[in-house]
Amino acid sequence: MNFTPVLLWSDILLWLLIFAAIVFGVLSGKNPLMRTAWRRIGRNRAGIAAATVLAVFVSIGLLDSLHYRRRLENTPPRHSAVYSVEALSLLDAIAAPLRERNEKTYSAPLAAHAYAKETFETRGADGRYRALRDFPRLRFGGAHLGEDETARRRDILSRTLRAEIFAIALFALLAGIVIHRLRCRYSCEKKAEISFGKAWKSIWAGETEFSWNALLGTLGALLALLLPALALCVDYHIFGTDKVGQDVFYQILKSIRTALVIGLLTTLVTLPLAVLFGIFSGYFRGWIDDVIQYIYTTLSSIPGVLLIAAAVLMMEVVIDTHPQWFATAVERADARLLALCGILGLTSWTNLCRLLRGETLKLRELEYIQAARAFGVGHSKIVFRHILPNLTPVIVIALVMDFSGLVLAEAVLSYIGIGVDPAMTSFGTMINNARMELARAPVVWWSLASSFVFMFALVLAANLFADAVRDAFNPEGE
Amino acid sequence: MFAYLVRRLLYAFPILIGVNFITFALFFVVNTPDDMARMQLGVKRVTPQAIEKWKAERGYDKPFFINREAKNLSVLTDTIFFAKSARLFAGDFGRAEDGRDISKEIASRMGPSLAIAAPTFALGLFVTVSFALMLVFFRASRLDFWGIVLCVAMMSISGLFYIIGGQYLVSRLWRLVPISGYGGGIDAWKFVILPVAIGVISGVGASTRLYRAFFLEEASKDYVRTARAKGLSETVVFSRHVLRNALIPIMTSVVVVIPSLFMGSLLTESFFGIPGLGSYTIDAIRAQDFSVVRAMVFIGSVLYIAGLTLTDISYTLVDPRIRLE
Repeated sequence: MNFTPVLLWSDILLWLLIFAAIVFGVLSGKNPLMRTAWRRIGRNRAGIAAATVLAVFVSIGLLDSLHYRRRLENTPPRHSAVYSVEALSLLDAIAAPLRERNEKTYSAPLAAHAYAKETFETRGADGRYRALRDFPRLRFGGAHLGEDETARRRDILSRTLRAEIFAIALFALLAGIVIHRLRCRYSCEKKAEISFGKAWKSIWAGETEFSWNALLGTLGALLALLLPALALCVDYHIFGTDKVGQDVFYQILKSIRTALVIGLLTTLVTLPLAVLFGIFSGYFRGWIDDVIQYIYTTLSSIPGVLLIAAAVLMMEVVIDTHPQWFATAVERADARLLALCGILGLTSWTNLCRLLRGETLKLRELEYIQAARAFGVGHSKIVFRHILPNLTPVIVIALVMDFSGLVLAEAVLSYIGIGVDPAMTSFGTMINNARMELARAPVVWWSLASSFVFMFALVLAANLFADAVRDAFNPEGE
Repeated sequence: MFAYLVRRLLYAFPILIGVNFITFALFFVVNTPDDMARMQLGVKRVTPQAIEKWKAERGYDKPFFINREAKNLSVLTDTIFFAKSARLFAGDFGRAEDGRDISKEIASRMGPSLAIAAPTFALGLFVTVSFALMLVFFRASRLDFWGIVLCVAMMSISGLFYIIGGQYLVSRLWRLVPISGYGGGIDAWKFVILPVAIGVISGVGASTRLYRAFFLEEASKDYVRTARAKGLSETVVFSRHVLRNALIPIMTSVVVVIPSLFMGSLLTESFFGIPGLGSYTIDAIRAQDFSVVRAMVFIGSVLYIAGLTLTDISYTLVDPRIRLE
């Protein structure tokens, strides 16, 4: 084998979580109430559009969550295989051109020349050396053009155009598949044929049960944006390069995973704590309720940032004083990321717990639960059969609503210096590194602008999807 | 009412003790003072003597909870827990790493923090309430729809970008106000105006949506229909009935914040170089100054509990149906 897989804890947990979410989605489809809720999301156009964008983000993040170590080539023959200390992900392998083509320093998006002038020595016609100050050519950005730099604009245009044509073709194919399936289903149900054009019209007008128009529209827009980016990024730095010459687009791709891990894995801590304590204190009341209430009032009375800061500072000391725990830098960064998720979870479960306690208090007084108790049904059975299923909508809504806040919190924490490992790329570290760049002349805007755009897209999609979930699971709410 | 307040204060004590225990556990049990000393002095090449000296200078060389060597009451008082945690109750915060008195530092930094936080709070409340009221007044219209879209978009932008973008536009490009810094006296407005504006704008999205929901709930109640049926104009219905009644839930979500205004805003203060408590905290976190962080955690929770009590009291003031007992 040419590589050995590396199992990072965050990878395992992330995959497990996505898997659990899918299983939950499928299982909850059996419950008629939940099924109507999922259908309601399907009808929500903004929600479906947001879900499509989120799906793209999640798949990039999952690609980046399969790590391996490459085998070193020049190992002695009799020796057992030696693997590189650098753990790469599948995304790194796919985006190898982005990762490896580092320039010297800043360069503007799509540029062929560096951002700063350098001094060259040229030999004039008379044989003397002369110093010349000019913008040096980039080593990789637009290198395929050779000497002919005037072709750059034409090259970019023609690549974009070809990619757009390809995008339109792909979009037509997708739309065709959807229309075909819809026609099949229609003819099965109503025993009548509808024409291709009519099916298209009914999709476009939003008359279908599922908002295919939102899905197709979003996919079309994404294709139109992503395909040209892919076509250009192999030979250019489409979002420029940063101070040490790294491709900004590559950093953005890596940041997505960090944001997802923070946003998703935190729920692994929040959920059990909140559900367990919330149900316990609401169901059993008495001294259990008093103790649990005391715990969460105490925790929530400490200002969030300060509690996180204190915990992260302590975690840093532990990690710094025990370097022997971690084999590679990636593992250390991963441990720090997980610890951050744990800390964020420990400081944020109190709200959901309070909510669930209140709901449980209400539920336990309902007649059917009183009846169940009168029949002698055990506590655990009542909790699992009658209380937990009724709390599911509240839990789902709370978890989805939390995601965007956590992604935003990561950026702020990384700025303060208590976020992810400085070696790990995240939106927060990108912003932190780039914040002084606006003070340069000419302005270096691309790092900030692209992290802004992608973070905005991720958080906006998460917010819209959360709204859709809230409306669907809580129809009487607004 | 008075009895209630006394009971509230008594109830606050166990919570504060709990806060103290949590911070104490975080700072001392997870990491021994030896670890901290090594951290502060540099991890490598530390002699045991240097560690002992560091601990002795800061009073970390005592036992955690019970000092068996001491006599009488000092069995309990001559310990790290008493020296570092229990004395916080008396307002004695000890000294920072650089030897300065934390209490004095806090007192002098409260002013600048308030100068930013108080106007941000008041102006922000005014702006968001009026914006939300306007959206509800024109509800289900195009203005309402795009207003909500704007709110969702605004709450999806990280606070960092508001600060970075605002600072770049207003201070660097247009050169209207100084980029950062703080001055006392009349000139202070120059330094205050931009952080306040940015603070207000960055909070608009989330709060407007919340308040709009409160207003909508209130507007669907029976007394509003009665008021309309009486022939009152829509403006009067909203300004006299809906606004007044919706202020109760708005207030409960807002009053709790008032005491913590003293703490200032972490991000704004550190970006604009304002010598308030927020930037003090960030500096302490970055310098890993544990005593300052501990003091700020304690003050923060005291203020939070004060906020909760204030909320309950304000309930009775605006809603005569509620009595505290």
